[in-house]
Amino acid sequence: MRLIAENLGGERGGETVFSGIGFALEQGEALIVTGPNGAGKSTLLRVLAGLLPAAEGRVRVEGGGEDFSSVAAAAHYLGHLNAMKTALSVEENLGFWRAFQGEPGLNVEEALETVGLGGLGHLPFGYLSTGQRRRASIAKLLVSRRPVWLLDEPTAGLDKASEERFAGLMKGHLEDGGIVVAATHLPLGLEGAKALRMGIVS
Amino acid sequence: MLALFLRDIRLSIRAGGGALIGVIFFLAVIATIPFGVGPDLNLLSRIGPAILWIAALLACLLGLDRLFQADREDGSLDLLVLNSDRQTLALTVLTKCLAHWTGSVLPLVVAAPLLGLFMNMEPLGIGATVLTLLIGTPAITFIGAAGAAVAVALPRGGLLISVLVLPLTIPVLIFGVSASYGAVADPAPFVQPFLILAALTLFLAVIGPLAAALALRHGTD
Repeated sequence: MRLIAENLGGERGGETVFSGIGFALEQGEALIVTGPNGAGKSTLLRVLAGLLPAAEGRVRVEGGGEDFSSVAAAAHYLGHLNAMKTALSVEENLGFWRAFQGEPGLNVEEALETVGLGGLGHLPFGYLSTGQRRRASIAKLLVSRRPVWLLDEPTAGLDKASEERFAGLMKGHLEDGGIVVAATHLPLGLEGAKALRMGIVS
Repeated sequence: MLALFLRDIRLSIRAGGGALIGVIFFLAVIATIPFGVGPDLNLLSRIGPAILWIAALLACLLGLDRLFQADREDGSLDLLVLNSDRQTLALTVLTKCLAHWTGSVLPLVVAAPLLGLFMNMEPLGIGATVLTLLIGTPAITFIGAAGAAVAVALPRGGLLISVLVLPLTIPVLIFGVSASYGAVADPAPFVQPFLILAALTLFLAVIGPLAAALALRHGTD
């Protein structure tokens, strides 16, 4: 499958943040979006996911078949917020998303083991540290299958070892024919990824 | 959908869920009325159904602002909207409404017979009021969901939701109370207002979630 953005423009509060962005990603390709604060990296990811309407242009997936016919259906979106409930345990949170999102992937214990949180599943999510919360949120990408990962600052708050583990997860996802679009300030350790540098529209 | 229902029920009974706040508010209002109205037992039993209904209506509105706001604050709402190809957003909203009703409003209905005794109501009147509350309060939740979805992006939108929603709940209140009266006061009918109340709930069960889903889809930023 392919993820294609054509002449994409986004706006925030009526002001154009970026315009004329286009790319096409094949299976196994990654796009790293960089740029200064306010360049519209997060806006771009939200437009890609369909959470914000595009001011111009369009995004589509090709060859996703029945299951992944639209970008929203084909994508995992990992935003700044972790989308986990602090009052529920990590297992309950992940179990809920696994059931709700459909297309189940790893089971909850395996996913937690993969992000290095094995044995912590019974703890309320609110008890975890910032980095552990981020890792639990990353485990959310693993419990249900989606070919496209839209990642907004995925490694914020992670330590060195976890960053490397996450780089390994992304590589594995790409080798399985996935697509990654990541907005970041930090190097993610993905060799051969395409780069998109966004500037500030004056 | 079952997973979402169970998650929201769990959240409402865990710490900070607010399932008890509505009941405590309900209790506080009803317990205050006899002190304010005075010890006239006939008067109390006459206004009893209306007071129970008004207090239940206000207690329903109390927790509604958190219906979507809590999900928005932790980013869950984005994913609920993102998954709308697999899980229709209107059904997601309906499920959240049902979970909210079960977690926060059903306890009010359960507490109502006890509080009916405070109002010196006769058993038949209490039974009728509880029945109308059981049938009518889901309608309030469904209307409230639309209000909550419109105000989801506003900080401290709770009061705004109440102001938005209250006028729309008036028909529910009118038919709920008149059905409750109809059961005890002889010439007044029970069945007709009760059926209209049930129809209101069914109607709003469709309109409310659809409107809320529309507002949520265009309200993400």
